[in-house]
Amino acid sequence: MKFEISQEEQPTVMVAPAPEERVLDVRGLDFYYGKTRALHGVDLPVARNRITALIGPSGCGKSTLLRTLNRIYDLYPAQRAEGQILFNGENLLNPRDPVDPEASGSGRPRVGGDLARLRARIGMVFQRPTPFPMSIYDNIAFGVRLQRSVGKAEMDEIVERSLTRAALWDEAKDKLHQSGLGLSGGQQQRLCVARGIAVEPEVLLLDEPASALDPLSTAKLETALLELKDSFTIVIVTHNLQQAARISDYTAFMLMGRLIEFRPSSEAFVKPETEAMRDYVTGRYG
Amino acid sequence: MANGVPMASAPRHLRRKLTNYIFVGLTSIATALALAALVMILWSLVAKGLGGINLAAITQDQPGGGADMGQGGLRNGLVGSLILCAIGMAIALVIGILSGTWLAEYGDASRLAGTVRFINDVLLSAPSILVGLFVYELLVSHLVGHFSAIAGGVALAVLATPVITRTTEDILRLQSNQLREAGMALGAGKGLVIRAIIWRASRTGLVTGGLLGFARISGETAPLLFTSLGNPFLSVNLGQPMASLPTIIFNFALSADDNWRRLAWVAALIIAVFVLSANIIGRALAARGSSHK
Ligand SMILES: Nc1ncnc2c1ncn2[C@@H]1O[C@H](COP(=O)(O)OP(=O)(O)O)[C@@H](O)[C@H]1O
Ligand SMILES: [Mg+2]
Repeated sequence: MKFEISQEEQPTVMVAPAPEERVLDVRGLDFYYGKTRALHGVDLPVARNRITALIGPSGCGKSTLLRTLNRIYDLYPAQRAEGQILFNGENLLNPRDPVDPEASGSGRPRVGGDLARLRARIGMVFQRPTPFPMSIYDNIAFGVRLQRSVGKAEMDEIVERSLTRAALWDEAKDKLHQSGLGLSGGQQQRLCVARGIAVEPEVLLLDEPASALDPLSTAKLETALLELKDSFTIVIVTHNLQQAARISDYTAFMLMGRLIEFRPSSEAFVKPETEAMRDYVTGRYG
Repeated sequence: MANGVPMASAPRHLRRKLTNYIFVGLTSIATALALAALVMILWSLVAKGLGGINLAAITQDQPGGGADMGQGGLRNGLVGSLILCAIGMAIALVIGILSGTWLAEYGDASRLAGTVRFINDVLLSAPSILVGLFVYELLVSHLVGHFSAIAGGVALAVLATPVITRTTEDILRLQSNQLREAGMALGAGKGLVIRAIIWRASRTGLVTGGLLGFARISGETAPLLFTSLGNPFLSVNLGQPMASLPTIIFNFALSADDNWRRLAWVAALIIAVFVLSANIIGRALAARGSSHK
């Protein structure tokens, strides 16, 4: 690594959205893979109905940070997060805090059920497309059926709306009952977006969703995301700076497990404040 | 390299070439021997088996000794074998797929999983006659008290289960963690992700495991001799002794009765065709499954 920054001189620049605009508010987050520490006191405000981009050199902790937001890391017993992640004011990291206000009356720490509900409210799209081995229709219905029972007519509507919003309807409408695995990579990724928004989450997390896509598919995905931000809050990890500049409202630059700069994207790319981000943006740092 | 030391390399080059020829020659001879053995087995099976086939071979039960040439058939053994294999496969598929799933998805690297894996590997290579003796002790001597089709089916299940457990675990491990996470990220529990997504994505592999398990048991004789015993008559009673093709071969092949020996060859041919097709279909499915990935 070319860069070394000590803890004291950690230069965080923070131009954050107002507290009442924040859906998610990460505060002082530390993350451990077993004994290895991957995040050091990260703060991240996520504004409602905005696109927040996480950028930084590979290995800096972007995926790690994203994966704490829906607590998907919980699948792996050795992984551990400390600090606060406030989701509409409630700390996600306290397993005794029920995520759903409706469940708060039960008083039982039903982590399993609450996590399922949390993940229905914070969706995730992965780096490689992950269509389920079932029809396009069932891919989308899968998550919806987990939440509630839905009649055929309503499900048809949900499927059409989700595919339309993910900019896939025209390409998929004639083969809804064919396997999702038969789609191209770009279409599969948009299917995953459609699947994620079909359950109407508040937040959609995307981890380098375009890294395996060609430029045309990438453009379609970006268009879809820009449309989606009216209804959803989006956090996207990307190694493509042009992409971050094109679609995001806020940009968080990370380095070695720390948040270095957080600013509106319109300023961040024009005039990075820290030397580290300047070097990264001008391509001097891989 | 040849450019660097042209003088010194000439004899060395020759020697290396020679070693290479000898090595290629030896491997070719070994391959040819293996192939020749296989061709001879298939040839004698087809020659002697096909020659003995007539309609009676599948419509009549086994004949008594001294019957006229061409009399009698294998119906009781064929039906018995199908029933025994069906019992064995039904048990083995349930236990094998569930335990393979536990190993891949839950046990993972735990010590208990390591132990289970080790025991499974031991069972995988356990001599089938031992399995027969074990089931004989357990079911024939004690629980049931006499020879029965059930005991035969259980013995076959014990043989097929480790094959299916092993392939199931291997196949499930091929699925990406991202696929599992994608299911959980929608709010599905781990069990549902496995049943609705991971199993489905592994369908061809699971079928392959089943076919390999079937191929393993369909020709087994030793465990059946101690358990389902054999039965000269057609029987579908699971609590009673039941005929099977392998036990018929065992009884007929070395007899002095020409007609019996003819039927033994026919039975051998039938088993070979079953095993071969199970293997071929299994492999074809496995190949198709992996090219889809
Ligand atoms: N499963 C894991 N086990 C141990 N260390 C990990 C694991 N995943 C990531 N890391 C480490 O955590 C750090 C951050 O990784 P990651 O969040 O994947 O970075 P990014 O997404 O920015 O490329 C890296 O140093 C990486 O080696
Ligand atoms: Mg990453």
